[in-house]
Amino acid sequence: MNNSVFLNMLRFFGLLLLQVLICSNINFLGYINPYIYLLFILVYPTLNNRLSFLFSSFLLGFMVDVFLDSGGAHAAASVLIAYIRPLFLKFSFGAAYEYQAIKFSNTDFTQRVVYFLSLIVIHHFVLFFLVIFNQNEMLLILKQTFYSSIFTLLLCLLFTSLFSKKQT
Amino acid sequence: MQQLFNFFIKNKTFVLFLLLFSIAISITVQSNEFHRSKFFNSSNQLTANVYGLSHGISQYFNLVKENQLLLEENSRLKSKQFNQEISTSIDSVLRQTYSLIPAQVYKNSYAQPNNYLTINKGLTDSIVEDFGVITSKGIVGIIDKSSTSYSRVLSILNTNSRVNVKLKKTNHFGTLTWDTKAPDVVQLKDIQDLVKLTKGDSIVTSGFSSTFPANIPVGTIKSFRLNDTKDLYIIEVKLYNDMTNLEHVYLIKNNDSNELETLKETNE
Repeated sequence: MNNSVFLNMLRFFGLLLLQVLICSNINFLGYINPYIYLLFILVYPTLNNRLSFLFSSFLLGFMVDVFLDSGGAHAAASVLIAYIRPLFLKFSFGAAYEYQAIKFSNTDFTQRVVYFLSLIVIHHFVLFFLVIFNQNEMLLILKQTFYSSIFTLLLCLLFTSLFSKKQT
Repeated sequence: MQQLFNFFIKNKTFVLFLLLFSIAISITVQSNEFHRSKFFNSSNQLTANVYGLSHGISQYFNLVKENQLLLEENSRLKSKQFNQEISTSIDSVLRQTYSLIPAQVYKNSYAQPNNYLTINKGLTDSIVEDFGVITSKGIVGIIDKSSTSYSRVLSILNTNSRVNVKLKKTNHFGTLTWDTKAPDVVQLKDIQDLVKLTKGDSIVTSGFSSTFPANIPVGTIKSFRLNDTKDLYIIEVKLYNDMTNLEHVYLIKNNDSNELETLKETNE
């Protein structure tokens, strides 16, 4: 138990620093950035206290906000996907996830992509909606959501396969 | 009452979600209004320290470029000095309206609709709100918030930014805004359609506010068109500054700002 708490804290701060120091400065093609800190919320242990999960997601989003001067946009988007995560877990991995902790590295690749992609798209849409904060710019919001989602998804898949402990 | 508590305990996840979500939304809304996000910004000690550490490493990558810029500026100033008679007016020695304070940029952003910079000077260096920020090439922004030893700069690449500028040739003035499209092009509005414009004309600060002295370079006219009501120009201004690569900046302190403020108050 202690080990998993420590691992989560390490992930929290590691991803936070990675996000604000490197990933937010990529600006691919002018404005496309990956939001790699989402990985914390995506692979958070499933058998866990939901309240602490919600709260740590909020805290992570909020810290990113403070670093990037974006008000509370990241916090809002993070809390939202943390709250609706069980729904998508069930949708992508079937009802079995409720009885046993899922090892994300051992799941089927397509299932993992569906799960990651759906949450990432929702997160990015809420995020850019709040950052741009202007209904007249809907096209820009959708464009940024689309490109950044691809970028984030690729990085997330890369990271999960890099750090997976597969017994072969 | 009992039922109410029961309801809360039963739906505690949802209640917490609503609470946190509404906090986040309210912070977002607040920060979209100018000069509101008092506490949660990147000029606080913790975040600025982290940025400072990362800056300590990354600044070495730009040394060549920065040296080049400083050399250019030096040579410009030297040539100015050599070409000027020694006997400048005596009151410029007695009284200096503007003093310049050098600072380093710890964090810069230019891809968002609302961009801010974090610099390494703060209240201990007597930096407060509304000081102007420039580089050797042109304007950068205005100090927005200061903590003990760091400050946040409202970049001109921010939808909330309003800087008063004028055409160097004809002295017609207008407001500089940004439409979030490109980091090297800003928009100048409120110029009458009677004014004759040519591409390549210089835009400089107007000196009407106490933030910037007059005639600080801003950029050149890239293109212009009339607005919807056909009476005012919308001018695309190409900035002299490369806003994507800022390292050394100068803060402009107006020593007369108190006097000017009191004058304004008596007027109102």
